[in-house]
Amino acid sequence: MEFQIGISGFIALYIFMVAGFAGWVIIGRVPAILHTPLMSGSNFVHGIVVVGGIYALLNAATLQQQIIGFCAVLFGAGNAAGGYAVTDRMLAMFKSSAHPPVHAKKTNVKSIHTKKH
Amino acid sequence: MQNILPQLLQLPPLLIGLADLAAAFLFLYGLHRMASPVTASSGILVAGIGMAVAVLASFLYAFDVDPAAQPRLMVNITLVFVALGIGGGAAWWSGRKVAMTAMPQMVAIYNGLGGGAAGAIAAIELFGGKAAGMTPFIVTLAGALIGAVSLSGSLIAWAKLDGVIEKPWRFRGQQAVNGLLLLLTLAVGAYLAVVTHGATGDSSVAVPALPTAIYLFFALALALGICMTLPIGGADMPVVISIFNAFTGLAVGLEGFVLKNPALMIAGMVVGAAGMLLTLLMAKAMNRSVANVVFTNFGTIARHKQGNIKGSLKPMQASDAGIAMRYAASVIIVPGYGLAVAQGQGKLYEFVKLLRDGGVSVKFAVHPVAGRMPGQMDVLLAEAGVPYDMIFQLEDINDEFATTDIALVIGANDVVNPAARNDKSSPIFGMPILNADKSKKVFVVKRGEGKGYADIVNTLFYSDNCNMVYGDAQAVLIKMIEAVRGLGLPAVA
Repeated sequence: MEFQIGISGFIALYIFMVAGFAGWVIIGRVPAILHTPLMSGSNFVHGIVVVGGIYALLNAATLQQQIIGFCAVLFGAGNAAGGYAVTDRMLAMFKSSAHPPVHAKKTNVKSIHTKKH
Repeated sequence: MQNILPQLLQLPPLLIGLADLAAAFLFLYGLHRMASPVTASSGILVAGIGMAVAVLASFLYAFDVDPAAQPRLMVNITLVFVALGIGGGAAWWSGRKVAMTAMPQMVAIYNGLGGGAAGAIAAIELFGGKAAGMTPFIVTLAGALIGAVSLSGSLIAWAKLDGVIEKPWRFRGQQAVNGLLLLLTLAVGAYLAVVTHGATGDSSVAVPALPTAIYLFFALALALGICMTLPIGGADMPVVISIFNAFTGLAVGLEGFVLKNPALMIAGMVVGAAGMLLTLLMAKAMNRSVANVVFTNFGTIARHKQGNIKGSLKPMQASDAGIAMRYAASVIIVPGYGLAVAQGQGKLYEFVKLLRDGGVSVKFAVHPVAGRMPGQMDVLLAEAGVPYDMIFQLEDINDEFATTDIALVIGANDVVNPAARNDKSSPIFGMPILNADKSKKVFVVKRGEGKGYADIVNTLFYSDNCNMVYGDAQAVLIKMIEAVRGLGLPAVA
């Protein structure tokens, strides 16, 4: 059996079309309140480019290709790790009134920001 | 035994294929879960698992490398680990540490890195002469161009958002220069394609024979990204960041085609479509076309004669404004970028909790383009602990201003300028705005008497029902909190 994936012109266009449509529909449903995490989340998703970088670096046959491949993996890893870190941080902050993170009691209204910026 | 070896060699590509398939599904499912604040934080975890699976599986590529790369394999594997460690570690650390207010520039950097990675992959394909055939070659070039533009453009966007570059850099004929740059880049690309593949389309000449042209191509593409972004001002950044996000996605998708990796194609295209959608949403929220944001210098066309303004600016003490809100029945707060600059979101929610304890109904109204990236205000409010069901978007709350006692505009300006509604000569005419002016009373917290980003006089500030509270948002809020606490009123809620 052959597991190598061969993608010819039109198959590629079909993949692009369906993926683009899926992205459009999925993102179109996201409420405006989540647009920043969504943006950094989709930013994280294109960090998958690091996989292409790893492939390219493993197949690097000259010093020049090794240097560029190193950059590709470095940048791709930065994209993925950074994108995940900030998205996760932001999403953890969204809480509803039913589950307030720090709910003010009647008498002692305490500051959320004890640390001064 | 001889028969087992070829069988075994089939295993890595099978596993890689399965892992990438799983990753593509997990990305889509993860993004799908991000459609609601309730499931969103599990959404990024799902997508993260997809990424981890794909990255782990990609090490299996080591079992089937080019014969030419075979002698360097051990070095290359080491390099992969080092690059993953440094790049991933540094970005993770910075992402954990960065202040929420600095999120737009951080996202811009990560996005630029992704574009750079796509461009670098394209460079290897080009220098190594690996893209065989006319179509893959052109797709590689297209990915290289878009990725490089995204890299340099995102870095300029970062510099602007971070305040490294303060003024938009503009000169006459700038668009012509940018157009020329694009044409030059395309010309070099076409030259590369023709020289290496000829009219017949078969690659007889090795591409590595033309390193100078390849370097020139990348240099031009990087310059294009810089020149495109330099003239664009700070408040247009929501559109710009969205565009570059879409660009990087597109570049990743194109390189995925060249590398015959459907996971990259799908992930890249999904992000490309998502970025495009956000770009259009942001442009719509400003009532401008995307081309208008990118190609016209908003600040310069905005300087035109203002009509006569009736009324005057009426300053007010922060403490008086705070006490007035404590005695109001309903308050809607309109936060803007000024709140982010002053890091006032924590104090704002502290003040809001005081009001709510006093039985005042408080809501937040967020304009789509408030802040420096789509939804930035929502994130800042969430950081302060504001529950998301207190935060309302423009279309959901705009009718409520008319029945509201007090609108508190804090650090926002153009998004509440009534000129957008009733002054046809205004450059922001037609932009959807929050109807803060329709509430019974408006308090505007503002640093000084200066104009907003668009450099337009805000007629709201001069209207009879409006008072100005001058000062840094955080300092003003501290005074308001002290004043309301000073009343010593019992909590009713």
